[in-house]
Amino acid sequence: MAGEAAEATLNIHPMEQFIVKPLFGDGPIHWYTPTNVTLWLFIAIVAIVLLMVIATRGRNVVPSRGQSVAEMIYTFVRSMIVDITGEAGLKYFPYIMTLFLLILFANVLGLLPYSFTVTSHVAVTGVLAMLVFTAVTVIGFVVNGTKFLKIFWISEAPLPLRPILAIIEIISYFVRPVSHSIRLAGNMMAGHSVIEVFAGFAAVLVAKTPLGVGLLAPVIAIMAVYGLEVLVVTIQAYVFTILTCVYLNDALHPGH
Amino acid sequence: METAVSGDLVHMGALIGAGLACTGMGGSAIGIGHVVGNYLSGALRNPAAASGQTATMFIGIAFAEALGIFSFLVALLLMYAQGF
Repeated sequence: MAGEAAEATLNIHPMEQFIVKPLFGDGPIHWYTPTNVTLWLFIAIVAIVLLMVIATRGRNVVPSRGQSVAEMIYTFVRSMIVDITGEAGLKYFPYIMTLFLLILFANVLGLLPYSFTVTSHVAVTGVLAMLVFTAVTVIGFVVNGTKFLKIFWISEAPLPLRPILAIIEIISYFVRPVSHSIRLAGNMMAGHSVIEVFAGFAAVLVAKTPLGVGLLAPVIAIMAVYGLEVLVVTIQAYVFTILTCVYLNDALHPGH
Repeated sequence: METAVSGDLVHMGALIGAGLACTGMGGSAIGIGHVVGNYLSGALRNPAAASGQTATMFIGIAFAEALGIFSFLVALLLMYAQGF
């Protein structure tokens, strides 16, 4: 009785998939240890190189399938930058394109079964967000000088309100890298754990129902959530990039 | 004995708190619904202007969503990162 109950109870570890493990052996993890993060970052970069370099090598007037996908991503990111920051932002196109591709590929590769989602770790997204934050602050001061500080002093607001708004603006400015990174990591972590939880239900239901027909319900649920996840990972890559553009626009044109 | 019981109580409190923290996601859901609903009602009145505002809609969704994610984060911290 006790043994059977222990066997068929819910045994879900939705967070297990996010554990960083060394690739070889069980030793302690140093900064140079190759881990599954390293592996999946490397796979993402190889996939990007395959799409953006190898597939577009022909440079055909009538593009092949790979080339047209690469061209679509390129024009998509370019029009996003032009829409939000204007032509002035195109100087920073390479970095924003790199960000978009890296996040998109890491997110999508994380949806493969048994894979590891690099972007589900705040350590990874935090570095990306801090780089954006630092770069945008430096660009703001280099392009505008001390006029950049005007983004904290809203000249359209009534004078008595301005100091209060300035405090709020300063807080919201420094919270940016936090929300920027946690939004991406949290979304990835939440979505993938939902799939894992439903998979845990499947294991219990297949043992507890005759012929395992109960398996159908969680499998259908996983399919639905998976479809939603494909949407979410793409939108999160888009959102991270578009917020980078918005922050860049603030740095380039600080007047509200 | 004493410490084990009080430890269990604290653990229980943390798990209850984690559950309560998840109610914050409902607020974020309402926020996202507002953003998209208002975008849609505006877009149906003036479809010509709709495509230019899609990016703004996604930015609004992202801001509303981040706060829901924060409550998820609080729940995770309560469940897995307690210092006791």
